[in-house]
Amino acid sequence: MQRYSMAALARRALGRHRSWTPLWRKAAPRAHYRVVIIGGGGHGLATAYYLAKEHGISDVAVLEKGPIGLGNTGRNTTIIRSNYLWDESARIYEHSLKLWEGLSSELNFNLMLSQRGVLNLAHTESDVREGMRRINANRLNGIDAEWLDAAAVKRFCPILNISPDARYPVLGATLQRRGGVARHDAVAWGYARAADARGVDIIENCEITAIRSAEGRITGVETSRGDITADKVAIVAAGHNSVLAAMAGVRLPLQSHPLQALVSEPVKPVLDCVVMSNTVHVYVSQSDKGELVIGAGIDAFNSYAQRGSFPVIEGQMTALLELFPAFSRLKMLRSWAGIVDVSPDASPIIGKLPVEGLYLNGGWGTGGFKATPGAGHVFAHTIARDEPHPLARPFSLERFATGALIDEHGAAAVAH
Amino acid sequence: MLLIPCPWCGPRDEVEFHYGGEAHIARPADPAALDDAAWAEYLFMRSNPKGPLAERWVHSAGCRRWFNLLRDTATHRILAVYKIGDPPPSGTGP
Repeated sequence: MQRYSMAALARRALGRHRSWTPLWRKAAPRAHYRVVIIGGGGHGLATAYYLAKEHGISDVAVLEKGPIGLGNTGRNTTIIRSNYLWDESARIYEHSLKLWEGLSSELNFNLMLSQRGVLNLAHTESDVREGMRRINANRLNGIDAEWLDAAAVKRFCPILNISPDARYPVLGATLQRRGGVARHDAVAWGYARAADARGVDIIENCEITAIRSAEGRITGVETSRGDITADKVAIVAAGHNSVLAAMAGVRLPLQSHPLQALVSEPVKPVLDCVVMSNTVHVYVSQSDKGELVIGAGIDAFNSYAQRGSFPVIEGQMTALLELFPAFSRLKMLRSWAGIVDVSPDASPIIGKLPVEGLYLNGGWGTGGFKATPGAGHVFAHTIARDEPHPLARPFSLERFATGALIDEHGAAAVAH
Repeated sequence: MLLIPCPWCGPRDEVEFHYGGEAHIARPADPAALDDAAWAEYLFMRSNPKGPLAERWVHSAGCRRWFNLLRDTATHRILAVYKIGDPPPSGTGP
């Protein structure tokens, strides 16, 4: 792997930058792998990287239907935070945030992590109580969290409208200063490059057509590029998890929905933090290019079409202008949707499936991007040891039968 | 954006409706006889297909009646509309 540094940059500049090599090999599928990972998004690539790095398993293939990182990894709003209410969620998201903080240097790839602070606004008395409760829960879990009253919110984010005349006036906000944003594409590229350097095959344009099992045990997969046998198969395909699990005869408690986002035309720096509002329901940050990156909730109906309906965008624009009247003349450049797999309790499913040798990391719904490093880390452990990582144990599929749900609907600082 | 053919009011804008999820999930006839796994299956497990899905909608801002739709989740094309209690069109749906 070519290491990136100032010296390397200077050296290549002298050669007119013609000696850079691609970030990863264009691997062709082999007949057998110890582990086949289905899905070449951030989560799948991170899983492959940690399998090779932490568990010495580099006989791994990441199979991706299209080019890597063009699914939800390239379609999210890049927000990173760990201020979740419940202990189980707080632990896994904080595990992830801690990995984010060292990841650029670990991968030798600039992920442009910007810990600019995440505000979660409170607009009603119950929002205030819920926010303060969440701050206490976060602090008990060792997560930085603080309460800002309306005046302090205004100081932290001067462009925000805190007028008491608003339909839903800003009464205060929770602030996680370590929260922020990262470059989403770089996460996929950085993990792909690092996993490739450790011997993992990243196989693009390779669609799964069947999952094979015999006597209750996984034996391999059939793909558009030939059959591959494998000791273990891991499904990490976000919106398509239900479709893949069904190939192995497993039913999941997941529903696939479009989650829309959009960006504005680029403008001068105007918003230097992340603002999220559950009540009027919008979240927004400004990218380094100057575009406002805006998201909100899912379209209500099931879909795999990577597009949603316009009223959902209208709703988030209404909320945006309530919070930032100054944005009313901004033009929106483009909108898109990713297909997210939403679970009944808005918490992920990480663990073994009822077929021996088959694993799932899914159900992240609208909140998977921030979890990329942590989820990959605990999922790799779960695959390598064939038993759940302690942080992943509460997120097993069995919780839907035992009733030990981790209900983050509404509790997770943003509606899902 | 969906144009949904309400069986009573005709084609109307999607915003007039609310979604009710997968159709034809019958409440267990003898709930006391179910074990935890069977309850999980009834409450939480869904087919979530990529393709035709039989689903429930309610015309909230219109006649306020429920009905079933057969809709392709990959293309958003509406394949059939039929009344609550009727079976899904033959050879389709989960």
